[in-house]
Amino acid sequence: MAEPMKIRATLQVDTADVRILMLHPMETGQRKDAKGDIVPMHFIQSVVVAHNGNTVLDAQWSQAISRNPFLGLRVKGAKTGDRISVTWTDNKGDKRTDEVAVAASS
Amino acid sequence: MNPLRRTFLKLTGAAGTLALVVGAGLLKTREALAATWNKTGFESKAVADALKSLGAASPAESKDIIITAPDIAENGAVVPIAVTSKIPNTQSISIIAEKNPFPLSSTYDLSNGGEAYVSTRLKLGETSNVRAVIKADGKFYTAAKEVKVTIGGCGG
Repeated sequence: MAEPMKIRATLQVDTADVRILMLHPMETGQRKDAKGDIVPMHFIQSVVVAHNGNTVLDAQWSQAISRNPFLGLRVKGAKTGDRISVTWTDNKGDKRTDEVAVAASS
Repeated sequence: MNPLRRTFLKLTGAAGTLALVVGAGLLKTREALAATWNKTGFESKAVADALKSLGAASPAESKDIIITAPDIAENGAVVPIAVTSKIPNTQSISIIAEKNPFPLSSTYDLSNGGEAYVSTRLKLGETSNVRAVIKADGKFYTAAKEVKVTIGGCGG
């Protein structure tokens, strides 16, 4: 189920610009399928972003975040090669962690 | 008395208890998750209740919060929203879509060099104020921006 995330982290002076794209249906529990049955809620509840193992952003989400969610953030004091790891957990307990190294700006 | 009927009753009784036990187990894991997840806030249907759940019953209006969002969103299912706070010591950012069925959309806690900036994409049910609530030094600040929605992003 859990597809890999796309993460890009580029260094701008001393700040890493991190962009994350997750693949997730983010069902609100309000939508109905072709038969008229309500599609049950299925959404990411928590996203934790860590820089070299230290949590920099701890996000709590509701179903109001769009399908295939995007998250952008900036991490101060980052250097090229630093590890940025992202973990999400959804309301069904599914989890996914991906890691990327900070790249120099081009 | 029909002995078959007796065994049938016994069996269904046993199955009932089993279902109860399984149900209780499920409830427990749900609660464990909710300990970190602001359940009351995310399930409240009024903006005031959502603010209360954040501990920010009456946040102060601030011009140091910048909400970047389109004036008109053609598709309410994907509305890009970015929030930047210039308030020193910003600890957390919450985004509230005032007219959504459940207004509180997300909360971001920042630490260890995470800058006071987040960018994401929201679903908006209808034209609504998008409100950012910032916690800095234990105090709450807020700002809002109206986004007009042509096609709603809830239901289908």
